[in-house]
Amino acid sequence: MQAMIKIDRLRKDFGRFTAVDDISFEVNQGEVLGFLGPNGAGKSTTMKMITGYLPPSSGSVTVAGYDVAEHPLEVKRRIGYLPEGAPAYPDMTPADFLDFIAEVRGFRGKEKQRRVQDTVRQVSLEDVLHQPIDTLSKGFKRRVGLAQAILHDPQVLIMDEPTDGLDPNQKHEVRTLIGNMAREKVIILSTHILEEVHAVCSRAIIIARGRIVADGTPEELEAKSQWHNSVTLTLSPGKDSPEQVREQLEAMPGVARLETLPGHDNRLRYQLYPHAARPILADVSRMVHERQWEVEEMRQNQGRLDDVFRAITA
Amino acid sequence: MKGSNLWVLFKRELSAYFATPIAYVFIVIFLFLSGIFTFYLGGFFARGQADLLPFFSFHPWLYLFLIPALAMRLWAEERKSGSIELLLTLPVTVSQAVMGKFLAAWAFTAIALSLTFPVWITVNYLGEPDNGVILAGYLGSLLMAGAALAIGASISALTKNQVIAFVVSLVVTLVFILSGFPLVLDFFSGWAPQAVVDAIASFSFLTHFDAISKGVIDVRDIIYFLSLTAFWLFANITFLEMKKAD
Repeated sequence: MQAMIKIDRLRKDFGRFTAVDDISFEVNQGEVLGFLGPNGAGKSTTMKMITGYLPPSSGSVTVAGYDVAEHPLEVKRRIGYLPEGAPAYPDMTPADFLDFIAEVRGFRGKEKQRRVQDTVRQVSLEDVLHQPIDTLSKGFKRRVGLAQAILHDPQVLIMDEPTDGLDPNQKHEVRTLIGNMAREKVIILSTHILEEVHAVCSRAIIIARGRIVADGTPEELEAKSQWHNSVTLTLSPGKDSPEQVREQLEAMPGVARLETLPGHDNRLRYQLYPHAARPILADVSRMVHERQWEVEEMRQNQGRLDDVFRAITA
Repeated sequence: MKGSNLWVLFKRELSAYFATPIAYVFIVIFLFLSGIFTFYLGGFFARGQADLLPFFSFHPWLYLFLIPALAMRLWAEERKSGSIELLLTLPVTVSQAVMGKFLAAWAFTAIALSLTFPVWITVNYLGEPDNGVILAGYLGSLLMAGAALAIGASISALTKNQVIAFVVSLVVTLVFILSGFPLVLDFFSGWAPQAVVDAIASFSFLTHFDAISKGVIDVRDIIYFLSLTAFWLFANITFLEMKKAD
């Protein structure tokens, strides 16, 4: 099957500055792709090129088989887009605004009413339908933006920081909404919030300085962390001296490196890093058992996306 | 599909004027100033003639300030708020967006202009004017307003700052008005060949508007305004495409 979105050697220069530098990737139906990256990494610029707002300096974007440069309208009909900051027309009410969006999307009469009503219900806008968008809270403004993006039930949904500036409840609502739509659509969203990637994304791409530096499931990315499968071990002081304990742990075949962590009340704390992220928890456990050390804490670390993010984008 | 999208955009733009105080402020000031110009500065009564020449002869100067004020927000505001990104990623073409905005602004000007009808009633009450000439005056005024709006709209597309859009549009409109003014023409006529002087004069709003407002409907004058409007609308589309690329 052909990929829903195909991005081929995409590049964008602003004068001498290269915002997006030769990016290629494909996204298939059912995928929720998270775009991660520091500010100014080229996330928004890439999204603007996919939606046809910015023309690329070179390379191509194909959505549902249509090249954005050659058939912009065919592509725009299939995309729902929430630009950064969820802009709308501040003097309009959500009711008028969504009515306008529905008409531009080609809906008339009963069908238009039904679409607007369904969308309003989906994003819970009922209470503010007739207040100027200008006077709404940030959370409601974001929902108006989401509403216009999903009103025509697009095949492709592109959202630039959909949960930025929302409170935890609102974030949860938006994520649930995204989760519900995930199966029948292609969704691309950008975010700074790494926990969000876990919550909604089936795949993450990390962009830094206009290039893709990592691409995989959130779990695969975590595995790149130096902490992945490392073991944190805390022992109560016992018959073996700290030096002996340390020597024996370092002598284990699976352990590549040992780091002594600060411990309270003479506790011994270690961070054990394995060779090539191979699990060593079982070995450590056996060693502890043989030596009859008294364990206070022993756990295997997953490695956090934050660490990976910092390590590869810094 | 193509035509209906233009209609949808037109409707939204036109209703946007009335959703804010813009419409009411503009209309009141337009009527107030055209009243002052006609009756006070223009000496409508003192002339003792049943025509609307003093009314129309001030329109270029009225438009000089009011049209840039009306046009300055058209694109600059969209740029500032970011809604331009929304608009241009909807399934509409750039030319539909440009035409929708322009036609709505023009229709709004036509509404304001039509509300000057009490002046027309007054002159008909006081005497027996040539209503054909008056109709021609209205037509000429509307065409001139269209050209000025097209100038203002396309300059608005170049900036997100409405003040800059206003000032630059005002200066460009002034150039188009003044190029027919004796002050400017005298400056050239001393040394430049007559053809050049004529060419400069032919670019002026005044030259073409004066003829129409006196009831002389020359196709060339109408073509002048329409082609000037078309040129600036085309520039508007080009500016938007250009600004997108960087």
